[in-house]
Amino acid sequence: MADDQDKTNGAQGSPQVNRQKPNPPGYFEGESMTRRHAFTIGAQAIGGLAGAAIVLPAVGFAVAPIFHRGKERWEAVGPTSDFVVETYRQVVFTETEGIGDAGKTTAYVRRGSQEFDEDPKAFIAVSNRCVHLGCPVRFVEAAGNFICPCHGGVYDFQGKRIGGPPVRPLDQFQTRIRGGQVEIGPRFSVTSQLEPVRARDPGEFTGGIWEFLYPPRPSTFPPP
Amino acid sequence: MSKLDKLDKLIPAPLRKPAKPGSNGSQGEAPSDLKSSPPERPGDTARLLDQAKEAPVDALAWIDQRTAASGFLTGMLFRKVPKGTNWFYTLGSATLFAFIVQAVTGVFLAMFYTPSATQAYASIAHINNDVFLGALVHGMHKWGSSVMVILIFLHMGRTFFFGAYKYPRELNWVIGVVLLILTMTMAFTGYLLPFDQRSFWASVVGININGTGPVIGPYLSDFLRAGPELGATTLSRFYAIHMLLLPGAIIALIGAHMYLVVKLGTTAPPWLRADKPKIAAPVSQLDAGVEGNGGTPGNGAGRRA
Repeated sequence: MADDQDKTNGAQGSPQVNRQKPNPPGYFEGESMTRRHAFTIGAQAIGGLAGAAIVLPAVGFAVAPIFHRGKERWEAVGPTSDFVVETYRQVVFTETEGIGDAGKTTAYVRRGSQEFDEDPKAFIAVSNRCVHLGCPVRFVEAAGNFICPCHGGVYDFQGKRIGGPPVRPLDQFQTRIRGGQVEIGPRFSVTSQLEPVRARDPGEFTGGIWEFLYPPRPSTFPPP
Repeated sequence: MSKLDKLDKLIPAPLRKPAKPGSNGSQGEAPSDLKSSPPERPGDTARLLDQAKEAPVDALAWIDQRTAASGFLTGMLFRKVPKGTNWFYTLGSATLFAFIVQAVTGVFLAMFYTPSATQAYASIAHINNDVFLGALVHGMHKWGSSVMVILIFLHMGRTFFFGAYKYPRELNWVIGVVLLILTMTMAFTGYLLPFDQRSFWASVVGININGTGPVIGPYLSDFLRAGPELGATTLSRFYAIHMLLLPGAIIALIGAHMYLVVKLGTTAPPWLRADKPKIAAPVSQLDAGVEGNGGTPGNGAGRRA
């Protein structure tokens, strides 16, 4: 009763229409929701659409580089006669363009060796990026090993891990010969048996179940 | 007039500590006979001087009338703190101060810094070698970041060892942990910006550590680098996160953090025991957990060790 009086807002003597009371309150015949409820949902839906129109492109913009693969890049690093079977020769080339010296990386290149069942006509280019956390390793001639200065990773002549924290052999680069020059191409990673797989970041295992735990990224090139 | 009263006059009226009820301040009685001793009328100079004196208070009053800020400010500035509050309680404010130093010096560094892979190192060298006091501002930002990380951990330790994270302050602990993570992200993204050998290789290693997380790790490191290799977009990405994204988030969360501190109050140190009830309560009531009438409510004083 008090509620009814409140709704008249103090006005007196309005003609009483004998309207049927809604049951449940607020709902009228044939309605599944109140008018107010419907408008609330509508306004929130429009607000959500407007929000999505702003947020989705922004997030896509930030996330898109994950799915973008750059152009394949080949760079000549010297005539074939520069490289021998017995030892590595250090070459420096640009891996990432547009950032000057910071985009350069180092590889150790030699000819394929029959001792390791490799094609004698092929060239092996081993990356100097340690597969523990990405520090630059160097090839130590006297030991015949690659040694990392940061945390003591050691790799043998072929780049297989023989000591320290690294999780797989050193990465390699694709190579080809054009006009008597050795050219270096995209990076790829290898399993512990030196089978090529797509390039992985340092610290990620390769081969077997690890291929699922560290899935290949769309931004890398297929292995040779 | 006592020293304290003089000090009180300096504080604008809206911010003055409210008088205790019952004490009517210094308002004396009205003169008994206005006809025989009329109040002296002030001269023009004196009146102008009075008006000038009142001007700042009037300005504050004008603002206060439109914002009702004085109620909030007196509530915040004269809030109760528990007994035993000591220097350890300043670690949070110290962290806030370190953040303000980072924000101010960062703004001035941004005036000279170029977030480009080919020019970043040269612009930092320019700040350090050529700009007036540039090395000092850069140094404050560089060492201040370590100071802030150290202070935030000390503040966290204080909160933990004083048990200040317990009910009802759990949410403030959670906000604090998020602030800690944001501060560490701030330190990580800021480290790359000078783009020298140390910062380059440290970021390479840091991103690769992110990449070792199973399943999403490889994508996370691609996201951080904006590609398969650390490049020009990595630097601008870190710069944007360091300069625009994180400061906004940190400022917003510091606001929430401090609101809850003021709202909930601080805890007494754990070695402080509750006041003995002034009115002796029967032992049986104490055993039943019924407090005596004189016990200080709240501030951790209601509980006995």
